[in-house]
Amino acid sequence: MVEFIVRRLLQTLPVLLITSIAVFMVVRLIPGDPASLLAGEDPPPGTYERIREELGLDDPWIVQYVDWVSGVVTGDFGTSFRTKFTVSKLLKLSLPPSLELALASYTFALLVGIPLGVMAGARPRSLWDWGLSFFTMTTIGIPNFLLGIVLLWIFSVSLGWFPVAGRVSVIEDPIASLQALALPALTLGSGQAAVLARYTRTSVQETMGRDYIRTARAKGLTDRVVIFRHGLRNALIPVVTIAALQVGGLLSGVVIIESVFTRPGLGRTIVEAIQNRDYLVIQGMLLFLVTVFIVVNLMADLAYGFLDPRLRRGSNA
Amino acid sequence: MPDEVALQTASRVVRINLNESQWGLVLRRFIGNPQGIVALVGLGLLGGAAIFGTFITSDPNAQDASARFLSPSLDHPFGTDQLRRDLFARTVHGLRISLLIAFVSVASGATIGIILGLVTGYVGGLVETIAMRFVDALLAFPGLLAALAIITILGPGVRNVGIAIAFFSVPSFTRLARGQMLAEKENEYVVAARTLGAGPMRVIFRHIALNAVPPLLTQVALFMSIAVLLEASLSFLGLGQQPPDPSLGSLISASKSHLRVAWWYPTFPGITLAVLLVSLNLLADAINEATSPWARRRL
Repeated sequence: MVEFIVRRLLQTLPVLLITSIAVFMVVRLIPGDPASLLAGEDPPPGTYERIREELGLDDPWIVQYVDWVSGVVTGDFGTSFRTKFTVSKLLKLSLPPSLELALASYTFALLVGIPLGVMAGARPRSLWDWGLSFFTMTTIGIPNFLLGIVLLWIFSVSLGWFPVAGRVSVIEDPIASLQALALPALTLGSGQAAVLARYTRTSVQETMGRDYIRTARAKGLTDRVVIFRHGLRNALIPVVTIAALQVGGLLSGVVIIESVFTRPGLGRTIVEAIQNRDYLVIQGMLLFLVTVFIVVNLMADLAYGFLDPRLRRGSNA
Repeated sequence: MPDEVALQTASRVVRINLNESQWGLVLRRFIGNPQGIVALVGLGLLGGAAIFGTFITSDPNAQDASARFLSPSLDHPFGTDQLRRDLFARTVHGLRISLLIAFVSVASGATIGIILGLVTGYVGGLVETIAMRFVDALLAFPGLLAALAIITILGPGVRNVGIAIAFFSVPSFTRLARGQMLAEKENEYVVAARTLGAGPMRVIFRHIALNAVPPLLTQVALFMSIAVLLEASLSFLGLGQQPPDPSLGSLISASKSHLRVAWWYPTFPGITLAVLLVSLNLLADAINEATSPWARRRL
């Protein structure tokens, strides 16, 4: 197991390296002089020189990259040229609302998706199975921002049950906070639930066709024991990986849903930064999001290796 | 009933193997699948609307309706918006942009990706290892984030969204094509072709590609739907189609401020987008079943 962990960690390093180079390149690839772009139109005197200095634009690229990475490792992502906040401060401000949304959506997705997938997989062609097919088609046809608009329209604008925009801190007012969180989380979570349910269904259905399930049934065990004790234990192993991989979708979803419901957070920050050409903010946010994604994938792989000993051996080229 | 179907398909397979080309077989299976028919009808309607609709509609940016927020009528089937523009014309033009971007970006991304995958898979060695590491790194970016990075470099705009989609579809196709190549290149017909003196280019593109590429068509259809979704999402965020030009995503985004007064504003672009996405997904399923009928349906 130790060997497996070490090998998997070593495999992650080059990926992290290349992605960090890619994120670093984003700002350098913008046509034109990065410093004058960053300074914006009509900068105060000295700004341009300060930026050139800060980015080390006169150094070779390798030196620039190493400087940037060593800054990032100590939490120094640079300073937003528009808001004058440091990027790490912006991260600190926009992380809690996004995390809240991501956690709420994810919880919803797990609580709805897995049971639905299990029921549909254990009872093919039942009402559960048809229900899941319908649910899947609906979420394919209605992208999350459209679903968000529809929910906003029905429950906030027409019925007035939920606020139309914004976010309330949990500490200040827990009930208002949940009220503001409910629709965004439902919107983001339902799409995720459908994906999760689909994979769970496939995995459960495959497992239920195995010989040991027939043996369990032949022993005269009840349906409930066969499904939960024998089937689920094995069927849910691949689901762990899918559930972790969905965090990537969750990150993308957060970006969009925050715009739909006008919530503060990482997504709004990055979209505004792109619209305002606030490059160091974009760079920092992208690096943060991609790193989160890679780390989550790594943990998913480790969890998989932990649950299924066969995977600890052999290479995955 | 099921027995009868099984017998029929069994006898048909034998006959087809003798008389029909591989493509004929795939086409027959595709047409015989209700999903495929529904997808073709949906895409045919939308494609027709996108191509011919622009002839019968006026300029989508013209502010020539008699009033703001007119509800749907014969003059304005989808109503009008906050600037007295005809929403039917805007929806049709938006649909056209969605289809165009999806088609062009996926076609170019898939072509580049498939060629890269076939060649690196055939050549192997260090080239392959390096190419695959890059593919891994690119796949490490969730689609939307990769698109955001590219939009940062190129600036907002619908053409740049297309470039972003093309770029981000390359690694998936490279990986799949390489997998196909690895499976195909050990076959005897490849050895035979090489023995006859065919060079690598001829072996790859005249012999192996013909067998390796058809299963990738499923992925093309799937990526078309991903492309439509990405373009709509980015336009919704204000990073794709720039005003005043319409796109399905930006129409839905603009409708958000007027939900109380104009139910038709999000409804028609929304339904159009939903029909397009469902059709493309059904198309992918149908192609998948037609090209590999033995494969379990991946749902």
